[in-house]
Amino acid sequence: MRRLGFLFAMAWREGRAARTRLLVLAAGIAAGVAALVAVNALAKNVRDSVAAQSQALLGADLRFASGRPLPDSAARVVDSVLALPGAEGARVVTFGAMALAPRTGGVRPVTVTAVEGPFPLYGTPATAPAGLWPGIGRGNRAALVDSALLGALDLAVGDTLAIGGLRIAIAGAVVRYPGDVSLASGFSPRVVVPASLLDEIDLLGFGSRAQYETFVRLADPAEASPAAERLRPALRELRVRVRSAAEQEEDTADAFERLGRFLGLVALVALLLGGLGTASAVRVLIAQKLDTVATLRCLGAGTGLVFAIYLLQAGLLGALGGLAGGLIGVGLQLVVPRMIAAFVPVDLIVTAGWGALGAGVAAGVWVAAAFALLPLLAVRRVSPLAALRRDVEPVRRRDPLRLAAVVVLALSVAGVAWWQAGEWKIGLGYAAAVGAALLVLWLVAAGLVRLVRRRPPALPYPWRQGLANLQRPGNQTIAVVMALGFGAFLLATLVLVQHNLLRRFTAGDGARANVVLFDIQPDQLDDVRRILRESGTPEVGGPVPIVPMRLRAIKGVTVRDLPDTLPTGEERGGWALRREYRSTWRDTLTATERLLAGRWPPRPANRPADAPVRVAVERDIAQELDVDVGGRITWDVQGVPVETEVAAIREVDWGRFEPNFFVVFESGSLERAPHSWVALADVAGPADRGRLQQRLVEQHPNVAVIDVTQVVERIQEIVDRVVFAVRFLALFSLATGIVVLAGAVAASRMARIRETALLRTLGGTRAQLLRVAAGEYLALGGLAALAGCGLALVAGWQLADRVFQTPYGVPPVPLLALAAGVVGLTVLGGVLQAAAIARRRPREVLAGE
Amino acid sequence: MIEANGVTRTYLSGGRPLTVLEDITLAIRPGEFVAIVGPSGSGKTTLLGLLAGLDLPTRGSVRVDGTDLAALDEDGRARIRRDRIGFVFQSFQLIPTLTALENVEVPLELRGERPGDRARDLLARVGLAGRLDHYPAQLSGGEQQRVALARAFSTRPRYLFADEPTGSLDTATGREVERLLEELNAEAGTTLVLVTHEAELASRASRTVRLSGGRLVEDTGA
Repeated sequence: MRRLGFLFAMAWREGRAARTRLLVLAAGIAAGVAALVAVNALAKNVRDSVAAQSQALLGADLRFASGRPLPDSAARVVDSVLALPGAEGARVVTFGAMALAPRTGGVRPVTVTAVEGPFPLYGTPATAPAGLWPGIGRGNRAALVDSALLGALDLAVGDTLAIGGLRIAIAGAVVRYPGDVSLASGFSPRVVVPASLLDEIDLLGFGSRAQYETFVRLADPAEASPAAERLRPALRELRVRVRSAAEQEEDTADAFERLGRFLGLVALVALLLGGLGTASAVRVLIAQKLDTVATLRCLGAGTGLVFAIYLLQAGLLGALGGLAGGLIGVGLQLVVPRMIAAFVPVDLIVTAGWGALGAGVAAGVWVAAAFALLPLLAVRRVSPLAALRRDVEPVRRRDPLRLAAVVVLALSVAGVAWWQAGEWKIGLGYAAAVGAALLVLWLVAAGLVRLVRRRPPALPYPWRQGLANLQRPGNQTIAVVMALGFGAFLLATLVLVQHNLLRRFTAGDGARANVVLFDIQPDQLDDVRRILRESGTPEVGGPVPIVPMRLRAIKGVTVRDLPDTLPTGEERGGWALRREYRSTWRDTLTATERLLAGRWPPRPANRPADAPVRVAVERDIAQELDVDVGGRITWDVQGVPVETEVAAIREVDWGRFEPNFFVVFESGSLERAPHSWVALADVAGPADRGRLQQRLVEQHPNVAVIDVTQVVERIQEIVDRVVFAVRFLALFSLATGIVVLAGAVAASRMARIRETALLRTLGGTRAQLLRVAAGEYLALGGLAALAGCGLALVAGWQLADRVFQTPYGVPPVPLLALAAGVVGLTVLGGVLQAAAIARRRPREVLAGE
Repeated sequence: MIEANGVTRTYLSGGRPLTVLEDITLAIRPGEFVAIVGPSGSGKTTLLGLLAGLDLPTRGSVRVDGTDLAALDEDGRARIRRDRIGFVFQSFQLIPTLTALENVEVPLELRGERPGDRARDLLARVGLAGRLDHYPAQLSGGEQQRVALARAFSTRPRYLFADEPTGSLDTATGREVERLLEELNAEAGTTLVLVTHEAELASRASRTVRLSGGRLVEDTGA
């Protein structure tokens, strides 16, 4: 017990003299811990909130959904559930439509939600004015709209809205529709009306994409999941999906769990950089403590005890940093939930989370101790003889504990990454990737140190001296380049990801369409094209026919009888088998397509009348369906079986707003099937687009007129928000990098003060001294920025190629600005210190020795 | 008793072996005051380090109270120092981050003892009662060496090794430190082994060991 007390006392006393430096170090750890705690506490809050509101999330215990009105056989199943004692139900029909505001002339695509009965069966959506919701389900003639629509169309409560044949007054705004994410309402805001008005709207004709849902509340909510499991196989045959509140909660929670874990890994980088800074500072600190260590050893302290004193010091420092970071992270819970509320489909319940705080302290202790271990081992090599003789070299022998320390560090980093990622593969991959990036930065920094040591550049004195400082004893060149470089790497990668994500939507090639017209019925096509012509709007390409169909059989085996796994052993995606395909016919390839195998257009040979129709299939779907050129697919086109043979495999660039298809039929095959048309147009200004939308909606209310510019703006908004969240966390890494820089500056302060005093005594001017510092930190910052951006270019390219599958582009201006920022901050830090030191009188320094 | 038997110490210097001490045999009996003298580079400090267990001989052996130091590991030798040996260095070697009082307390605390008033009393004894909370950097050279004296005696060591204790001090301050060292030594009955250049100080020792070129050339107490 006394020994422990002595340990603590020594750790404390030893830390006193270097308090500022240790606090800087703790700040580095605090930044990393703050990021990690903020993310994990937020993830927990979202998880808890979703769990607490799972029934409100679905609005019921069970939901049945189908893309068409329930066939009788399915309706009987659903009715049997509704007939259970205590069960209660409601029906909702949802479909996309164009809403026109007659007063302002504004037009917007909206999601019409027609409600019949007491939906939602749990909770009541808030409205403004309050209390309007229940009336809708009871059939009151009124419309409630998403407040985003009021803003977009410049409408107020009381104004009239036209949808299809319906003219209705807006009674109020819906604050949150069950399960909706408010950000999504930007794409297609909801308009909620009673189901009794569906006939009046009269848009549920052929080809319209609607969703028919039945919601059920059971007497015993615990029965919901077993019932869903039981009913699912039979209903799947009838193309009806069933889902319970618990399943919905699980899916939502999983999605946020993944997001939280990803953000946590970004935050973990900041913590690891804090560790790097600790390791570097400890190395310098120990080098300055050799006398003390030797004296303690002379006085009879064992190596273990001396080692324990400094390890404890590191641990205490980590605890302090962890506590501060934990408090900041928990404090951020007051701000961050507001930033992400638009992403979350429930009301966020924010709790402080003492667990998060404890985890923060633990993370701080871990990172400080694990990273300090290796440099601390140096104290074991200090001979007590060094107290007697200055010229004693540290004992040079292989310390098996060095290897052990490296293993402990690597394993614990991988372990923490695993814990944060939730999956060992991701955790290990992450640890390996971070390790590889750090290794590259280390190699670059070590290369620089070697270079200036080997071949001092032929430069004027101040610059030469500045560069030489990078390789002086006790320099922290490597740590600073690694920490700053990693921060720059993260931020630059984000710049690249953001640029490439948005580029695919915005890269203009002149003739791109900015208005897309969907669901044009064959008898409307001529009139729609006339309207386009008359309004001086050039059509982009010709109109494109669309035929909805489903898969019936592949190579003669019906979808129902297909095995669950592909010959490759992969699981077959049910989605590809059961989805509705919207196909087209044409004998050409478009600019967004590339032929991979087979021929398209197919050879116009004389074929027997019963020969299968030839189709060109998109690569990924061909893989999922396990078909190649020559393979047979049977389609169900509105109840009529159509036999086809794959004549070509295509690659499609889905990133462009153009009508792209999984399956293209040869001409002459589908023309007689029920179909609709899509047309594309290029309309100059937003005002013209608005007028065109208005005219089309007035005359052809079923035609969806999508303003691509608006969609792109919404996507940009979402990407910006996500990137903002990630960048917010990446900034913690840069902050840590700056703290490491500050720590390095502080560690070299004593040596610099003496060196500066001597240089001043020898006649060095203030300007020369500042140039020395500028040269040194310019090289440091420049190298960090260069290496960081270089790594980011590789990472960005890999992400674009493998994850986002977009052609890769590099935005020079933001990247250069980022690099300049990193260099500027570094030089500023170094020059400020040099300026402060140069202000001291040399006599004052030298006399004080 | 400390016994050196055929002690030779060779260092590698610039890649070549350099013999600093050669075949030294001597025994230091309890209560003796031994002065090790000789010109610079004659191996005085090396011998002191070997006798105190700070280093191991290349050949030969050093026994402290019958224990062969080479048979112990680093921590074993550290325990011997902790329990039986005190040090005074030419360059004081106070721990810069500790106050005068804390510096004197460290050896006691390393032994797991409660420092109590012993450290204060010793500092008062060397005339520093008013400077307990000063850091080494705030003390003059003479004051620092007096703290080092207090520290050396704090554990009542059986053996005290002093390496040029007045080497960094002016003559007057040096005399004062010498006087304190001898007084404390007399009070505690410590065996004192002292390396010095000062003929005057050496003359007061009960035994003089003279080295030259790493060899023992005179031992008045053999």
